Amino acid sequence: MGWAIALHGGAGDIPKDLPPERRKPREATLRRCLEIGVAALKAHKSALDVVELVVQELENCPHFNAGRGSVLTTDGTVEMEASIMDGKTKNCGAVSGLTTVVNAISLARLVMEKTPHIYLAFDGAEAFAREQGVETVDSSHFITPENIERLKQAREANRVQIDYTQPIKKAPKIAPVPEGDQIGTVGCVAIDTQGNLATATSTGGLVNKMVGRIGDTPIIGTGTYANHLCAVSATGKGESIIRATVGRDVAALMEYKGLSLEDAAAYVVEEGAPKGTVGLVAVSATGEVTMPYNTTGMFRACATEAGHTELGIWSSESNE
Amino acid sequence: MGGWAIAVHGGAGVDPNLPPQRQEEAKQLLTRCLNLGISALRSSLPAIDVVELVVRALESDPLFNSGRGSALTENGTVEMEASIMDGPKRRCGAVSGVTTVKNPISLARLVMDKSPHSYLAFSGAEEFAKQQGVEMVDNEYFITEDNVGMLKLAKEANSILYDYRIPIVGLESCGAAAESPILMNGLPISVYAPETVGCVVVDGQGRCAAATSTGGLMNKMTGRIGDSPLIGAGTYACDLCGVSCTGEGEAIIRGTLARDVAALMEYKELSLQDAVDYVINKRLDEGKAGLIAVSKTGEVACGFNTNGMFRGCATEDGFMKVGIW
Repeated sequence: MGWAIALHGGAGDIPKDLPPERRKPREATLRRCLEIGVAALKAHKSALDVVELVVQELENCPHFNAGRGSVLTTDGTVEMEASIMDGKTKNCGAVSGLTTVVNAISLARLVMEKTPHIYLAFDGAEAFAREQGVETVDSSHFITPENIERLKQAREANRVQIDYTQPIKKAPKIAPVPEGDQIGTVGCVAIDTQGNLATATSTGGLVNKMVGRIGDTPIIGTGTYANHLCAVSATGKGESIIRATVGRDVAALMEYKGLSLEDAAAYVVEEGAPKGTVGLVAVSATGEVTMPYNTTGMFRACATEAGHTELGIWSSESNE
Repeated sequence: MGGWAIAVHGGAGVDPNLPPQRQEEAKQLLTRCLNLGISALRSSLPAIDVVELVVRALESDPLFNSGRGSALTENGTVEMEASIMDGPKRRCGAVSGVTTVKNPISLARLVMDKSPHSYLAFSGAEEFAKQQGVEMVDNEYFITEDNVGMLKLAKEANSILYDYRIPIVGLESCGAAAESPILMNGLPISVYAPETVGCVVVDGQGRCAAATSTGGLMNKMTGRIGDSPLIGAGTYACDLCGVSCTGEGEAIIRGTLARDVAALMEYKELSLQDAVDYVINKRLDEGKAGLIAVSKTGEVACGFNTNGMFRGCATEDGFMKVGIW
């Protein structure tokens, strides 16, 4: 029992030879976010406050695909989305298509708390943001040189692909895209000292996505889910996460089949979605934590009141 | 068991004072759409094609809240959404914020079949529609006089409400509430009228599919997305079953209703009807909703905790039923 927290900065084709200048800032952010989250939990903040706080930090960090540092649409613009869910009440909030809101996750929370709705998108969400007086900036704030480069390479690879329905494997790799196309999403799950669970997920989406494309992140039950048993935040290829209803399935396996958190999460990641498409972090009502993924790696960190701490990118065998 | 089965719905949550003529029109529309689906199934059209075809017919008719006849946003415009899912490989497609596409369900199908994504919304969806050459019309095409009147009533009802979650005491003075105290999503049922449409089918080969389409919540904030385009909430199909939901969008999302019917069958090995009943009784809390479902073995089921649901169903062995209450 006791509090527990897990967070991720995206699962994907993260090359093992990731240069230190790309690896260290991300590890430092993960560490910092973990510390912030743990301190908040120790100070008896609610799980909902903690996950929002941690995801805000991850959004503000330009090295992850959320908020500043979001990947770009095919038009070179940023369209951010996020969702948050309170396990105790199953209240939730989600946003999509944001272009000027500094912290999408906070807007998602406002949708949950200040409107009779769950999900607002595009112009309507931006208008709501202004009504609520949340921090907004010029869209260029979110765009980083790394992502401009990613988009360029993704476009070059796609030029060879005439038909979208061809598997991406058929497109010859022009040059390795930094961390691969699948770099995705940030998220945090937590259980607080009162035993309440919460989850929050935020992303810029898929590199070179069509304008208006929505992924799993804002779809409750897929990229994000929390109830009285567990809290889940997923990352990877949105389309696969949607089909596999990842978030809800972890909880449903626990609820309907009596699986443990670890077994439920492992099942969903191994059997529910194709290899190389999904990772997740999850905590249970009894303070367990699990962080499975079927991709090359996943930026992740966790800590429990019992003293277990972990921070990594690839599987533990290959960490120094 | 086995054989094909089909169910359609035109919304859960029906005004008990709905004029008999309206009830009759609704039943006729449901019957017509059901028959369209049945013919298609008899000619061996696959489930995914049948659900699209039937929902197109429901969208084109102004009676229910989808396509033409959609509920209006707070600005008096129409923003439609829809989703479709093909059971065998769980492929799916969804759209939201569609304003000029005549048949949103067909656009959702194109997202599934012709784009690398599962869900497109707003200007991106409209742009994709243009590229695909689907039939497009002015937003006015979708707006009916009936709904313009409803929007006005909804605004009046809402202006009394400070917080939609607080029970409405002062509403007795509002004419609309005096006739029907039933509320959904904070509005009197005479005004709210969810009337999302949907269709679920299992074809002669045991393949399941589901499709749902809607204009959404009357007087909704622009940009509001409900359950209908959300896979796992309003729509779901897999090997075992196909499900389409309707009612209070927020309750359906929180309860991940459509996915739960399938999950109960898969993980708890409940029968279709038991899964449907469980979901309606236990997954909605205070929410109000209904759903239709089919299983790969040719069963059809429906459940609702609302005051009525416009629905119809039929199976290969000749069973056919259309109802409201």
